[in-house]
Amino acid sequence: MELGQMQGRLAEFTKSLYMEGILDAQFLQLQQLQDESNPDFVVEVVSLFFEDSEKLLNDIARALDQQSVDFKRVDAHVHQLKGSSASVGAQRVKNACVAFRNCCEEQNVEGCLRCLQQVKQEHYLVKNKLETLFRLEQQIVAAGGSVPMAEMTF
Amino acid sequence: MENGFSSPRSESFPAGLRVLVVDDDPTWLKILEKMLKKCSYEVTICGLAREALKLLRERKDGYDIVISDVNMPDMDGFKLLEHVGLEMDLPVIMMSVDGETSRVMKGVQHGACDYLLKPIRMKELRNIWQHVFRKKIHEIRDIEHHESFEGIRLSINGSEFSDDCIMFSGEDLTSFKKRKDFQNKYDERDYGDHSSTKKHRVVWSVDLHQKFVKAVNQIGFDKVGPKKILDLMNVPWLTRENVASHLQKYRLYLIRLQKENDLKASFGGIKHSDVPSKDTSGGFGLQSSIHTNQNDVANDRDQFSGSNFYGQDLDAKNHDGDREEIVLEPKPDSKKPLTADVPDPQDTRCSQMSFDHSSASLGSDVNYTEFDCSIPKQYPWSECPEVQSKQEHKLLLQLEDGFSQQLPCVPQHYIEIDQLQSGRDISSPIKNEPVLVRCKSHRESHISPKETAIDDFSVQPKSLTAYHQSFEPSSTAISSMKPQAVDLSCITDLESCQRNLISPTDSTFPPFNEDLTVCWLQGDFLNKNFGLPNMEFADYSDHGFVADIPVHLYDTLTSDYECPYDPTEYPIVDQGLFIL
Repeated sequence: MELGQMQGRLAEFTKSLYMEGILDAQFLQLQQLQDESNPDFVVEVVSLFFEDSEKLLNDIARALDQQSVDFKRVDAHVHQLKGSSASVGAQRVKNACVAFRNCCEEQNVEGCLRCLQQVKQEHYLVKNKLETLFRLEQQIVAAGGSVPMAEMTF
Repeated sequence: MENGFSSPRSESFPAGLRVLVVDDDPTWLKILEKMLKKCSYEVTICGLAREALKLLRERKDGYDIVISDVNMPDMDGFKLLEHVGLEMDLPVIMMSVDGETSRVMKGVQHGACDYLLKPIRMKELRNIWQHVFRKKIHEIRDIEHHESFEGIRLSINGSEFSDDCIMFSGEDLTSFKKRKDFQNKYDERDYGDHSSTKKHRVVWSVDLHQKFVKAVNQIGFDKVGPKKILDLMNVPWLTRENVASHLQKYRLYLIRLQKENDLKASFGGIKHSDVPSKDTSGGFGLQSSIHTNQNDVANDRDQFSGSNFYGQDLDAKNHDGDREEIVLEPKPDSKKPLTADVPDPQDTRCSQMSFDHSSASLGSDVNYTEFDCSIPKQYPWSECPEVQSKQEHKLLLQLEDGFSQQLPCVPQHYIEIDQLQSGRDISSPIKNEPVLVRCKSHRESHISPKETAIDDFSVQPKSLTAYHQSFEPSSTAISSMKPQAVDLSCITDLESCQRNLISPTDSTFPPFNEDLTVCWLQGDFLNKNFGLPNMEFADYSDHGFVADIPVHLYDTLTSDYECPYDPTEYPIVDQGLFIL
């Protein structure tokens, strides 16, 4: 695939992510923060996010697995995850967290488990999508091209 | 740095701003660090609140502003906010992904200068320098107030004290200033102190603070005043004003801690009779305690009056802010509300408005009482040796209805109170009674809607009157003391008066000031009641007063005050001082 095509594909792909609400303006901000002094900034931040969020998800699962569920604790974790996902612009994950917190308030274990599933799903989805995005970027850079700065045209 | 700023702090002001970011989320830390660097700020990131506090304490003057997340595992963001405000007096910005009004309100109440919602935009971070700048400006204004206050005080030599001065208005201020200049020759020394110190923020290091505390202990709380402390400390570059404000903050801090302890100890619903409107969350328990102690206080006062320490202070420093401080001290609480309403400390209205909040004033009342009853307990001071006076101040502010405080306002408040108390005893130095009466009438006339206030007032004047009587002898010392004593009692009165005063209208304020001043100033201080100097006056008074009061109480209550610097001692004293 030639460079131009790759760049086109990347642009399309990125746009779709925004359109589907998987990513929001925060991600764009991150991209804009990236510069020559820090060329891998976005990748680094996203990696940090996934590292942290996976741990959080495990903690939540564990907390919900207890005999007597400590909903405050679960809520605290979810709140943290919400903040984290907001940092990278993982909008759907963030929204799932908001719903999750409502379940926590109701102190409904089944509801929480369902919410957890939802969050995990969204988390998995955004992770895959971002991995694809980064791969595309890498290919472009490897081919000698530059990654165009995304624009929020919608 | 891509933005091309080469050296921090040397170029345009915002560049090189030293920011400390505290957040338990590593992702956010990284992002914020990057964003702040893009603004050409100097960033330090920290994942733990305790770590952050450690960093701040290690380099007291090493940061300009702190940005902290609200939810952190090891320490509540609000707590960190409080600590920073008290110890380092730095502007703190809170952030959270949760933007609920109650949370934001809590942030403001704890003293945050801003609350950002995550995700944070670059443009929001770009403007954080305004908080640093604003703080600096306010500090400068404080100093200026002190200066003009001094001037006013000096200029008012009783003779100038007249009924037509009642109207405290803008013009008066200018006339004050003029008089200040005119009177410059009287007190050039003092002026020199202030005018030359254009806000250079003093960093109260642990060592410096230790010296301060030692000095205070040496002098004896009942006699403490910025001048004495300053002399004892023997720190050449430190000015009396620095010490004065530090002393005030210290007191406030102690009082706040005391309040906390009191609350915990749950004084229970003792009577709140005199503090109807006090609904400060922190002060509630205190109020009860205050009331119970009011009688004690009154008694103490008697003893107190005999002890002369006020007098000493007064005598010693004619134009010294210490005396004034005494009176004003109680006000720190009240100040708070004042400031909240009116950013400009110079504005008497400021204090008036805050009166409505009364809680502040109550706070002072309470503190006073607290001192009486709860001296021996809690020694928060020992826990945080590095706590600076600023903390007190800040704490205080936070305590009070969550109004962010501005010290300058407090003084005003004070002054007004003084006036109230003093009625208008311009002619005779020891005429407290008339003052009281005056106050009362003023109150009644001005505070119609507040019946309770009036009641309070009437009650209090009596105590004051009685108090005055005890001072009847007209030795200078006594007279000097008297105002002090009066002030003490007045403070409580003032509190209620203030509350009442404030609620009715701002317009009633000026007249009161006039009255109050009379009392306060017995000799040269008469000038004060113009209300103009309120601000500065308050500052002085605060320092002096606070110190004096507690000492007084302290003497009564405990006998081993002379111990060497012991953190525990301070809480006691301060509490008493704080009263107002």
